[in-house]
Amino acid sequence: MTAVTLAGAEADPRRWLKVFASQEALLAIAVIGLAIAVGLYNPRFLAARNLSDVLLGNAYIAVAAVGMSMVIVSGNIDISVGALIGVLATISGTLAVNGAPIVVAWLAALVAGILVMALQGVIIAYLRIPAIVVTLGMLSILKGGLISVTGGKWITDLPDSFHLADIELFGVLPFPVFLMILVTILAALWMRYSASGRAIYAVGGNAEAARLCGISQPRTIVMVFALHGLFAGAAALLYATQLRVIQSTVPPNLELTIITASVVGGVSILGGVGTVVGSTLAAVLIAEIASALVFIDVSPYWIRAVQGVLILVTVIADILRRRRMAGV
Amino acid sequence: MSEIPLPHRAKRVVPWWLLRHETMLAVILLIALIVLGGLNSRFLTLDNLLNQGRLTTEVGLIALPMTFIIITGGIDLSVGSIVGLCAILLGYSWKVFGFPLPLAICFSLLVGAAAGFLNGIVITRVKVPPLIMTIATLALYRGLAEGISQARSVRGYPEWFYFIGQENLFGVPAQLWLLLIAIVISAIVLDRTIFGRTLYAIGNNETAARFSGLPVDRVKLIIYTLSGLMAGLSACVLVSRVTTTRSDMGIGYELDVIAAVVLGGTSIFGGVGTIWGTVVGLAMIQLLKNGLALTGVKGDATIVVIGTVLILSTLVASSLQRRREGV
Repeated sequence: MTAVTLAGAEADPRRWLKVFASQEALLAIAVIGLAIAVGLYNPRFLAARNLSDVLLGNAYIAVAAVGMSMVIVSGNIDISVGALIGVLATISGTLAVNGAPIVVAWLAALVAGILVMALQGVIIAYLRIPAIVVTLGMLSILKGGLISVTGGKWITDLPDSFHLADIELFGVLPFPVFLMILVTILAALWMRYSASGRAIYAVGGNAEAARLCGISQPRTIVMVFALHGLFAGAAALLYATQLRVIQSTVPPNLELTIITASVVGGVSILGGVGTVVGSTLAAVLIAEIASALVFIDVSPYWIRAVQGVLILVTVIADILRRRRMAGV
Repeated sequence: MSEIPLPHRAKRVVPWWLLRHETMLAVILLIALIVLGGLNSRFLTLDNLLNQGRLTTEVGLIALPMTFIIITGGIDLSVGSIVGLCAILLGYSWKVFGFPLPLAICFSLLVGAAAGFLNGIVITRVKVPPLIMTIATLALYRGLAEGISQARSVRGYPEWFYFIGQENLFGVPAQLWLLLIAIVISAIVLDRTIFGRTLYAIGNNETAARFSGLPVDRVKLIIYTLSGLMAGLSACVLVSRVTTTRSDMGIGYELDVIAAVVLGGTSIFGGVGTIWGTVVGLAMIQLLKNGLALTGVKGDATIVVIGTVLILSTLVASSLQRRREGV
């Protein structure tokens, strides 16, 4: 009797501890803590203008990271997404400049994104070629193709109505930030509560068990990649429409930043674990760090090293934590 | 007992080695050589071919240990970044820290080995999957190169340093000798030593290899360190060839290296592969690049070809393997 009450009494504080120790809570604390720390050093960092610029300029990374998180949860990886975003932005911009209806230009990016990613999903799932080889090959196809088709020319004279990123909802909420929040919430709910969303975790966690439960692994993977393509299309639109010009080259290392956001956000690279809320928070944190480096007078050339350390530390922590939970 | 016929072997009409992936690739390579030579008279000249050998050395030096790594079922995506880091440290330790150049070379090789060692130690001790570990260090090592150099380049090396990258030895480009020696050593190690056979054992079934008492972790640690060391060596050759040091050196090398290894018949699933295949894969990619360039295709379009070839060759290889296993 006493033992039961004791266990019950113990369970409560432990559960609270668990909530605070979750990756999402840690990330939220890190985002706020970093803002305060850098703000103390240089108050200009906390200016509303700077904070909103950080969010606005990087919302597309968070949107793409939502799709990447699904891919990694399903036990795969995609290193072609950075190149794809460059291609989609160029397709959309070229259409807009050449007089296509703006909505068509926007939709083209989404559709092309879905098509390219679904194709990769089919090759990975049905022809059983590892994701790393397929996406590495696609990376070079997209990157080389884009430069040889456009010659690296920039797209200018974009029509004003094309600039999706300029829209402010209700006069205050910038569209990119709205989209980032909306996509994250919808994806989080879908992955948590729907059968098809749970299937991603099942396939990534234990493919054989998932198969025995009647979940089609190939179909789930193609679905995940198609969705990832949709988000990549949305990210490409935000990326393409936030500036007055589109550099029709591939944004360097974009895929790395997106993978970093997913991994730092708590998506386990071993598959089966992770949430998109974490990856969005991590994308915000990474953007914040990049901005903070400038405000504490560190050269922005160090940003990639910081990113590398971030991935390294979170991946090692993730694996050690799992091992402790497994009691090994 | 011993007379039980091996049905699948008895049915074969063609000798087994003709059906090997590497042999078929060599035949394709030969055909490509003839076609490209027919299209352009400058292609099949000794000068051009030797020059292509010069250009392929940097990727080739890294492709050899990468073959080892992929045979064990691992991968190393950080090699391009290690090349960048080693190149920067070679230049900086010489120009800024004032090391004598030979010492600077040793230093950068050491850093390359250390970078590979770090990959290996985390992969074996913490059990981080090689793919994600080397994605992390892909960012980290490139970030260090950028941070240390602040994107400034180093040039003006002494004349003797350019020997390995630009001169000839007995009529053959100096770095090609380096590559040839490395190829011979790697082939012997992979084919004729216990160490080499251990790599296949790990790739086929790591748990079984462990239970057989093979030093799995030690072997893995050695090959990742070797990969870093060779990336460092490749950086020295590269700096010597192009005469400057920049932090973006070696970007995208991982693609070329992995493409060459996979094209050469090494299975990305582990357990299968040869050095000879990697050499043919290397030659294939370099001649494809060169041949396309000579027939007027721009450099960026050749990356498209390499990517396509990479995916297609894996497709063919895996379907061949499935058929062989009767799945």
